[in-house]
Formats: sequence, structure tokens, C-alpha cells
Amino acid sequence: MTRSLLFRTALLLLAAASAPLLAHSFKSGGLTIDHPWARETAQGQVVGGGFMDIRNAGKADDRLLSATSPVAAEVQLHTMTMDNGVMRMRQVKDGIVIPAGQTVSLKPGGLHIMFMGLKRPLAKGTKVPVSLRFQRAGAVKVQFAVQQAGAMNPAAKNHAGH
Amino acid sequence: MPDTKPAAPRGLVTLRAFLWIAVALVTIMGLIAWLGDSRHAPPAGVASRFGGPFALTAPDGTTISDKTLAGKPYAIFFGFTRCPDMCPTNLARMARLRQKLGADGMKFAIVFVSVDPGHDSRDGIGKYVALFNTPIIGLTGTPAQLAGIQKGFGVYVKRVPLDAAKPDGDYTIDHTAATYLMTADGTLQSIIAHEEADEMALAKLKRLVG
Repeated sequence: MTRSLLFRTALLLLAAASAPLLAHSFKSGGLTIDHPWARETAQGQVVGGGFMDIRNAGKADDRLLSATSPVAAEVQLHTMTMDNGVMRMRQVKDGIVIPAGQTVSLKPGGLHIMFMGLKRPLAKGTKVPVSLRFQRAGAVKVQFAVQQAGAMNPAAKNHAGH
Repeated sequence: MPDTKPAAPRGLVTLRAFLWIAVALVTIMGLIAWLGDSRHAPPAGVASRFGGPFALTAPDGTTISDKTLAGKPYAIFFGFTRCPDMCPTNLARMARLRQKLGADGMKFAIVFVSVDPGHDSRDGIGKYVALFNTPIIGLTGTPAQLAGIQKGFGVYVKRVPLDAAKPDGDYTIDHTAATYLMTADGTLQSIIAHEEADEMALAKLKRLVG
């Protein structure tokens, strides 16, 4: 009896500890945020970019309205486009729609969240807490895994089992 | 064996030749008129060659110019440290391609020129280029020096407010995302577009150091 309880407790603790490592995804209702990641920044650099996949398994469209993070004065939603060889970055007005049953990817060369006014550099190997605010799902707290400056993909995606 | 193709009548040949000469003449006259317009003519005493001359400052304070870079090919790219997407993507790619070149990788220099003198300090640029784990020459200068090199390379640079309602607030910079490959004598050899595949870019770099 005691042994069984101990075993269960241990199992529970193990599950709790390993869950974020194994999944690195965050759920709220029908929404799943997969592999949020950011690029490391240099000392003194005040902006940084963050990326993620947002899956909407629900029956209704949702919309990413805004985000906040304790590491930045402000977090903005941006889009980057190439126009005749010229790079243009713009704030996304009215948020990012996540259509029902679809996945929207924030990735290099397209959409990103931009950390503005970083209070400390985004250091490789650390995690950055971000609170995403959706129209329907409300606030979703996630952790952005910081990778090297020029990374193109979340590292976790490349490892089986994660 | 006689040629079975019917020969064009002599008159038509003459007319064709005359028309081509006319096209050439009009082109030359147009070019002279265009250059004669003071807006297009290079200022007196300035070489009109692509890219140079320019003189900018490295993070350690040394002056880097088209003359100091001469003798080794270089890949030059314009960007700013507050660009979280395209600039790191491009610099990381140059670092990756340099690695792929193996022993030839260090036969060309990678040069990053800031287009944001309002935000990017010398020190900030130095720390930024150090993120990419390969030697990259980060450069900045006075607004006039930067305007000069942008003009030399034909680079488009435009400050745009991040919030249209606050024209004096924080800004981003629209800018040309190409990497210019310059030979050891400072001549443009080719251009790598940002959207270009790695294999194509690698082939161009091989030619640059070959």
C-alpha cells in the first residue's frame, strides 16, 4: 500500500517534470501552440523575434490579438515581406486570424512576434515566458525556447520523441 | 552545293543594317542625354564605379574602406540590428555557406553595413555580428557616409514608423536584402538575392573565391 502510493507519487512527479520537455506545446481549449521558439540576441540588442505554430482544432475561428512578456517592454505582432528585393516589416493590424481546423505558422520569412525593448538578452538555451491573448481562447501562457541567432526552425522539431 | 535558303534581297539587308544602326545611335544619344542631366552624372572627382568609393567604421574604431578591403573578395550586405527576421537569416546563411566552402571559406570577407545609424552603435554592431560564430566585419558611419555607400551599391533604404499614427515614434527600415559579391579588385561579380536557394548562392561564392 505504502509502496504503491510512493510509486504513484513518483510517477506523477516524473510526468509533471518531463511534460514540458516532451511536448513543448501548450493547449487551451481547441488551440495548441507548438514549439514556440525565439532567436538569441546580443548584449544591448533591444529587439528579438519569436516564432511558433498555432493549431486551431476548434469549430470557430480564433484570433491572436496581442502578447506580453516580462522580458520585454512590449511584444508586437509583425509580418515581413519581400517586395522586389526589398525587405519590409510591418505591424499586423487587427491580430492574426487562426481559422478553425487550420494551423498558422509564425516562421522566418513571414509572421513573427517581436520582443521590443528587451530588458535582458534572449540567451540561447533559455526559455522566455510569453502570454498570448486570443479573442476566444483568452490568455495562453507559453514558453519560447531560445535558439541560435540564425536558426530557421525550432530545434525540438528535429528530434524524434519531442 | 548551292545554298537552298533564299537569300534576303540586298535592299532588305541594307534596310536591316540601317535600322540597327539607328537603334544604336538613339540608345547612345539617350545615354548621353541621361548622363548630361546633372541628377544622374556622378559628382566631379568621384569614380562612378559600382559600390565605391566608401569609408566606414568598424566596431573597434578602425576605418574600413573600399581600399582597405581590396585584395580579398567580399560579400557585402546591408541591414540593421533591430531586424529580427531577414538579417539574422541572411547572416547565418553566409556563415553556413562559408563553412560549406571548407578551406576556401575564409578566402572572402563577410561585410555587414548598418542602415540604422539612429539605433546601431559601433559596439552594438560588433556584438550583433559576433552572434553568427564566424568573422563578420560590421560597419557603420555618419549618415552622410552611409548614404554614400547606399548610393554606390544602389541600395534602397527607407525609415518607416512602426505605428502610422505615431510618425515620430519607433521605426523599422525597409531595405534591399541582396548580398553583393565583390572581387578582390572591388568589382561587382554577382548578387545573391535573399530568396535564392542555398545551392545557387554557394555556386556564386565558389566562383568568387575560385
